[in-house]
Amino acid sequence: MSQTVAETQSPVATPSVMMRLLRRPLALTGLIIIMVVVLAALFAPWLAPYDPYEQFFEGLTIEGAPLPPNAQFWFGTDLVGRDLFSRLIYGAQTSLIIGVVANGIAVVIGSAVGISAGYFRGWVDTVLMRFTDLMMAFPALLLAIVLAAIFSPSLWIVAMVIAMVNWVQIARVTYTETRSIAERDFVVAERAMGAGAGRILFRHILPHLLSTIIVWATLGIATTVLLEATLSFLGIGVQPPIPSWGNIIFENQTYFTSAPWLVFIPGVAILALALAFNLVGDALRDILDPTQQGRH
Amino acid sequence: MTIARAKDIISATGLLEVSGLTVQVATPTGARTVVDDLSFTLESGKTLCIAGESGSGKSMTALSLMQLLPKPMARVSAGTAILAGRDILALPEAEMRQVRGQRIGMIFQEPMTSLNPVLSIGKQLAGAISAHGGLSEKAIRARALELLDQVQIPEPARRLKQYPHELSGGMRQRVVIAMALAQNPQILIADEPTTALDVTVQAQILALIRKLQADLGISVIMITHDMGVVAEMADDVLVMQHGRMVEHSPASVIFSKPRHPYTRELLAAVPRLGEMTGTTEPKRVAARPGTGPDKPLVAEPLVSVKDLTVRFDIKGGILQRPVQRVHAVEGVSFDIMPGETLSLVGESGCGKSTTGKALLNLIPWQGDIRVGGRSTRGLAPRAMRPVLRDVQMIFQDPYASLDPRMRVGDLVAEPLQIHGLASGSALEDRVAYLFKRVGLSTDQMRRYPHEFSGGQRQRICIARALSLSPKLIVADESVAALDVSIQAQVLDLLQDIQNETGMSYLFISHDMAVVEQISHRVAVMYMGRFVEMGSRAQIFENPQHEYTKKLMAAVPVADPSRPRRAFMEKAEDLPSPVHGLTYTPPRQTAHDIGDGHLVWLGD
Repeated sequence: MSQTVAETQSPVATPSVMMRLLRRPLALTGLIIIMVVVLAALFAPWLAPYDPYEQFFEGLTIEGAPLPPNAQFWFGTDLVGRDLFSRLIYGAQTSLIIGVVANGIAVVIGSAVGISAGYFRGWVDTVLMRFTDLMMAFPALLLAIVLAAIFSPSLWIVAMVIAMVNWVQIARVTYTETRSIAERDFVVAERAMGAGAGRILFRHILPHLLSTIIVWATLGIATTVLLEATLSFLGIGVQPPIPSWGNIIFENQTYFTSAPWLVFIPGVAILALALAFNLVGDALRDILDPTQQGRH
Repeated sequence: MTIARAKDIISATGLLEVSGLTVQVATPTGARTVVDDLSFTLESGKTLCIAGESGSGKSMTALSLMQLLPKPMARVSAGTAILAGRDILALPEAEMRQVRGQRIGMIFQEPMTSLNPVLSIGKQLAGAISAHGGLSEKAIRARALELLDQVQIPEPARRLKQYPHELSGGMRQRVVIAMALAQNPQILIADEPTTALDVTVQAQILALIRKLQADLGISVIMITHDMGVVAEMADDVLVMQHGRMVEHSPASVIFSKPRHPYTRELLAAVPRLGEMTGTTEPKRVAARPGTGPDKPLVAEPLVSVKDLTVRFDIKGGILQRPVQRVHAVEGVSFDIMPGETLSLVGESGCGKSTTGKALLNLIPWQGDIRVGGRSTRGLAPRAMRPVLRDVQMIFQDPYASLDPRMRVGDLVAEPLQIHGLASGSALEDRVAYLFKRVGLSTDQMRRYPHEFSGGQRQRICIARALSLSPKLIVADESVAALDVSIQAQVLDLLQDIQNETGMSYLFISHDMAVVEQISHRVAVMYMGRFVEMGSRAQIFENPQHEYTKKLMAAVPVADPSRPRRAFMEKAEDLPSPVHGLTYTPPRQTAHDIGDGHLVWLGD
């Protein structure tokens, strides 16, 4: 099998993670979706057919109702006659920052707290996990409202607020897993060799947590995008008229029966992004786990 | 084949006639045959032992007879098993459920996992008794009590309300046997029923199965890797290798005149208690210079342990205060000389592994441990590092102790990197040397642990332990998880390393026969203390303490001509090392009965 390759070349020279990712059709689909969203976010001013803030006179019917998808406005228009397609493209910036950056920070904080509490135990465990429990008991939305109210609302503040409330679940899950891994023989064997905490945590425990972290991170994308929408809805998130996928849904949800595209299209966008990250995450987990590969 | 089958149908002399049984397992590279054309007859009221090493297909045979093969990966691709005129391999699931329990009962290896931890013993027994309905509550309870009594569980009425975790391993296995017997099956299939148990408990369970068989007139198919158990139990023996039957004879013939070379190999690899009588050095180890029966040791001890005590608090209640205490090790003292193997032998929970871990500061302990004259008490992990260069450890389960996500070459290199002893090409050379030293090829370095067999993995663990050139290796049950033939090879490797480098071992084991082969000195542990310590010859040829004698008597001996052990009227269990907070262990003092042979007796 690939044994001969492995014997003659250094591990770096075996097919790179990226190449192996591209070979999987599902992962490739996910990567393409992510790339499309990233490009849309980066090049919004050039890609969007209209100004996302402009309220078109011809964007509403005589009665003042929004237009369904048509030749001029591909995804239709919203309640005040703005082009939904353009707003989605601009909204991709906000949603990516929230879904990837804010959620990413939450994952990093959560994993760090969970792993250190789970490995070191003792007072570190007590302090960190009691704090986590406290955060968990506190209604996340209320906390977000308080935090957002203290700092003046802006996209980055919203991202930080979301990171602050979303790390809790990940901390809980990684904590439990770390505790069980830390008791496994190979970790005891590392300690018997004199390995320090850093080496054990980063080289031996973290790789085993990857699959859990990846699942939670991808699940978190949809949650955080919607949390941002909730905050926007309450007037403390991204300030209108700046579009985000979440607040497009929230603005229009009351008109769901008469103008379903206004909720459906951004909903599909959020779902597709979360699914794309999930597909890539799943594939990454399998590729990074040597025990999943065929036994020679 | 057809002739054989025709004959079976005409003269169904046996209770269960298996012919041409073939089991295949689906693998990514196509179907693999794990049981190949196996035929045997189980006689009524007899015991058939299916013996073989791991991967020989013996468990697959048992599972296929119960139609419990893991589907869809494994399936019976050919063969019949005729029980009472019907082929039980071809029965539909609904009818097979009548066969399971009512005609064939099964006992599995692991008594904890084959009982449901959230159901009481009574509920589980009731489930087994009334699996096919039609019994009143009262009748079920009466039958449950009767069954528990049959398997000698004391106070059966109280046990019905208990949960599996409240019982010891031996008691749990008795419950499993009771469940298998609940519907009066004609056949009992026991898959390694005593492998997870301590020797003294194993002896009781084997005797119990023999007694039940005689009382109830059932036939037993016993699957085991242990030739000692075979000798204790079997009327007929079927030896399997790689899915094929290599020999099928009466037990007396297998042991006295094995025909197949594999059977001979298997029997030769079994360490026999007493085979080292009259020697002072371990099997393969050259006599150490400066020692011997008449020359006293002059060297300084490499490791000196004084009054080692390890206690763990069990916390409970809302405030997580200590409520009870595990007295794992209670005041143990010993020295290990350079180039010497000291064995700690005892049953599970006696504190032998805990003692080994204390030497590497892996657990908190009290007392005094000196390695090369230096006290390791209270050393922080960083300060402990230089000590760990001298003391390394090999664990019981080689797969669990290797990080499955790392290449084995990197795993062996790790200690050298941690201690900053080598890097770059020097590191690679050293790792390559270590691989060759333990009998592995250097091109295996890039593989992952799951690609190796159990024995190879243990070699990797040994290579890793050797990488720092330690003076002492703590080997914690290091061959217990291996097949006998592999076990012999690993023991040889350890002894060769000792010959070559003058390594000392603290060899922790429950297996008296293995200990006899490898030790210079032996310490017998019981309930966290030493009960007897002395040279190998002193302990094995002249055991003084009751417990040492009991341990030796319990070892199954691979000789069917020896009288089988009598059935014990009362089930005995190991006492628990968990005590209340105010408990102070009774004082015991060592008596030297000559030449450093110490026996501890209560005051």
